[in-house]
Amino acid sequence: MAVALVLVLIVVGSVLFHLLSPWWWTPIASNWAYIDNTIIITFWITGIVFAAVVLFMAYCVFRFRHREANRAAYEPENKRLESWLTIVTAVGVTALLVPGLFVWSRFVNVPSDATDVEVVGQQWQWSFRLPGKDGKLGTSDTRDVSADNPLGVIGGDPNGQDDVVVEAADLHLPVGKPVKMLLRSIDVLHDFYIPEFRAKMDMIPGSVTYFWFTPTRTGTFQVLCAELCGQGHPLMHGVVVVDTQQDYVAWLGQQQTFAQLSAPQQTGSVEQAPGKTTGLKIAAKLETAGAR
Amino acid sequence: MVDITPADGIPPAEVAEVELYHPRSWWTKYVFSQDAKVIAIQYSATATGIGLVALVLSWLMRLQLGFPGTFDFITPEAYYQFITMHGMIMVIYLLTALFLGGFGNYLIPLMVGARDMVFPYVNMLSYWIYLLAVLVLVSGFFAPGGPTGAGWTLYPPQAILSGTPGGQGWGIILMLSSLILFIIGFTMGGLNYVVTVLQGRTRGMTMMRLPLTVWGIFTATVMALLAFPALFVASVMMLLDRALGTSFFMPAISEMGEQLPHNGGSPILFQHLFWFFGHPEVYIVALPAFGIVSDLISTHARKNIFGYRMMVWAIVGIGALSFVVWAHHMYVSGMHPYFGFFFATTTLIIAIPTAIKVYNWVLTLWRGDIHLTIPMLFALAFIVTFVNGGLTGLFLGNVVVDVPLSDTMFVVAHFHMVMGVAPILVVFGAIYHWYPKVTGRMLNEMLGRFHFWVTFLGAYLIFFPMHYLGLMGVPRRYAELTDMTIMTESAHHLNSFISIMAFIVGFAQMVFLFNLIWSIRHGREAGGNPWRATTLEWQTPHTPPAHGNFGKDLPIVYRWAYDYSVPGAKEDFIPQNMPGSFGPSREPA
Ligand code: HEM
Ligand SMILES: [Cu+2]
Ligand SMILES: [Cu+2]
Repeated sequence: MAVALVLVLIVVGSVLFHLLSPWWWTPIASNWAYIDNTIIITFWITGIVFAAVVLFMAYCVFRFRHREANRAAYEPENKRLESWLTIVTAVGVTALLVPGLFVWSRFVNVPSDATDVEVVGQQWQWSFRLPGKDGKLGTSDTRDVSADNPLGVIGGDPNGQDDVVVEAADLHLPVGKPVKMLLRSIDVLHDFYIPEFRAKMDMIPGSVTYFWFTPTRTGTFQVLCAELCGQGHPLMHGVVVVDTQQDYVAWLGQQQTFAQLSAPQQTGSVEQAPGKTTGLKIAAKLETAGAR
Repeated sequence: MVDITPADGIPPAEVAEVELYHPRSWWTKYVFSQDAKVIAIQYSATATGIGLVALVLSWLMRLQLGFPGTFDFITPEAYYQFITMHGMIMVIYLLTALFLGGFGNYLIPLMVGARDMVFPYVNMLSYWIYLLAVLVLVSGFFAPGGPTGAGWTLYPPQAILSGTPGGQGWGIILMLSSLILFIIGFTMGGLNYVVTVLQGRTRGMTMMRLPLTVWGIFTATVMALLAFPALFVASVMMLLDRALGTSFFMPAISEMGEQLPHNGGSPILFQHLFWFFGHPEVYIVALPAFGIVSDLISTHARKNIFGYRMMVWAIVGIGALSFVVWAHHMYVSGMHPYFGFFFATTTLIIAIPTAIKVYNWVLTLWRGDIHLTIPMLFALAFIVTFVNGGLTGLFLGNVVVDVPLSDTMFVVAHFHMVMGVAPILVVFGAIYHWYPKVTGRMLNEMLGRFHFWVTFLGAYLIFFPMHYLGLMGVPRRYAELTDMTIMTESAHHLNSFISIMAFIVGFAQMVFLFNLIWSIRHGREAGGNPWRATTLEWQTPHTPPAHGNFGKDLPIVYRWAYDYSVPGAKEDFIPQNMPGSFGPSREPA
């Protein structure tokens, strides 16, 4: 009796928790409401299966619990029932998979009007690079990374000269324009994750990975690193600001290009660029933590 | 050997029995023993010991997550060392060792009707190498710089770089060495289990008469023999990268402003190797649990397992399919995105045989005669937990749904449910079930019920709400949850609640350990077959079974393992070695 009751309570409790608890996803800020919808479909299907199985168990435990002179039935197989259940399960699984793969094909096929934005991860800070007037990012190589060239842009590539470099500071994006995030790392794996955009992807040294999205509302969003990258991992936060077109243009106007940054007289100021210190701050914080 | 006339189509013995190795001294009997039952206990005791370390580590991690900033000694460095050791110990050194080395060694020979494993000496070596692997692993805690903090997945490049604890110290070297030793030791034991099942079965014990426990352990062992080599080579290659400066997994890297000498390696290659092992590993832990729980349900519901052939087919099918789904752990790794289509499809297909197993468990309860013994309670708890964890797998397996959820607390909640808590519940059920055979005494019932309720409900309360933190976006492996704009105040309260539950569940395990030790002397006498079960281990002339298991003559098997409540039979169970017919046979052939 008690056992059957607890099983029922588990189902009821889980459903109520799902419906009433305050813990839920953050309000979405990108076009990936498709993903949210797929999650909702999945919650429905799996929720129904969970409730059905556990309630059925509760019924069995209640109805067929041992009593004097009870005897179990003898029924090794039931081909029809077994095939039925297999078919129903296959249908349920297909109902999950088809919308899932449909949305995935959207996720991996980038619209042609998306602007490239490069993100570079390193222990433990984020930097960004935007194409200049030519609309093209210059090529890069980890071997070219140095204090003056923190992103490893290949100096000889003319496409790279007008690239806007945002080193260890906030990234701004215009609202309503699709962007293709090109993800690189110069040391270990990182993962560029913004919960409100519902998207993330690992960054791998030596490769360029990507995902795309369209920001759908303005605001300030926290970037989290979602791939363990050493002790500074939980502190590797960044900021993406989604602006109106006007604010975005104003921000862009204040940024410096690769050519400006690598001109000799400018190197000193790079070192004091405002965001430059975040990575160091984390390192210092870790050091004091270790010393405690 | 006595000659027995073949009965009921039982084939005559093909070869004469080989004389067993007989220990002559206390040392060879209890320490360097070649008896699978003693080796099983050695494996189980060592796994439990190291498992306790992992349990204590989980408390430390929960202290940090539940009460951030309160415990100064838990630095990010220490936190990463804790999760790494906790995860690796739980998956490999506890669950794999316990299911295969512990339950496999004890149950396979007894259940198939053999006197021992076929290669007892190699079997003994297997344990001692496992013990060495555990000691090397533990030595990480005492090495300069401490154990590795690379996460249990050990992803390079960070695993061998200085930003990760133990990366440039001893930690990672000891971890990789320990894994290599573990795999060598496991291979010795594993070959034994496979050959014993294939060649050591007694007369009449056809493959389709094996209890599902044996099918589960057997299939898991075959899988482990195929999967561990991938981890083995990956470990050797990473060891070379770390110690000799090769570049298997290391591309050009600029670390903290310094160019490293590595060049041209592939970090993704490691991930493929790791998960080619790692995904089957999930089922290496799950399949023995599936098998054991089937037998627990059948015995304690006094009813044959529903759809035996389908169950065997599902175990083998899941085992085979699980080798083509590994990259579902890598949807956001940056591998070619089109792989997603393939791996999402294979992953969701595997849900079908898995679901069939669940249906057959609950259909075994249907029209049964359910005795709510402690093993049965744990079996029921397993079904609830496993169904919950399996269903959240449909989120993470469905590639695009995985994108927001991957690497969040949702994943932590999912895999704890499905491969942490669910198999552990089966371990407990199995211990309450077979302890009487191993010791001759029953475990204390009242302590057992206390242990059951706290563990089952407590673990559900730990991991069910945790999914919603992941949905909110809280990443896993975050040693500090400060300055997180997505986390509301109440989310931090939820974390504190989860931590408190974790301590309570941990405490219940101490009660269980006490019960294990106390009942050896004070438990109620069990007799030879307290559950009135059909399988051969309950039909031994001695309890605990003596050296050689079955006395003078090996048993002969006349029927499958599930003749419970056969119509026309007087008792509600017919042991496998009982000759005679009771009406037309319904045993699936
Ligand atoms: C009540 C018992 C347990 C508690 C409270 C617990 C708690 C935790 C916590 C807090 C983490 C770290 C989460 C993070 O920051 O990412 C973790 C990780 C992990 N746990 Fe458990 N755990 C328990 C039992 C188990 C069991 C039985 C297994 C066996 C499979 C297991 C396997 C793992 C693994 C593989 C990881 C991942 C480690 C990593 O991220 O590298 N845990 N656990
Ligand atoms: Cu990180
Ligand atoms: Cu997997």
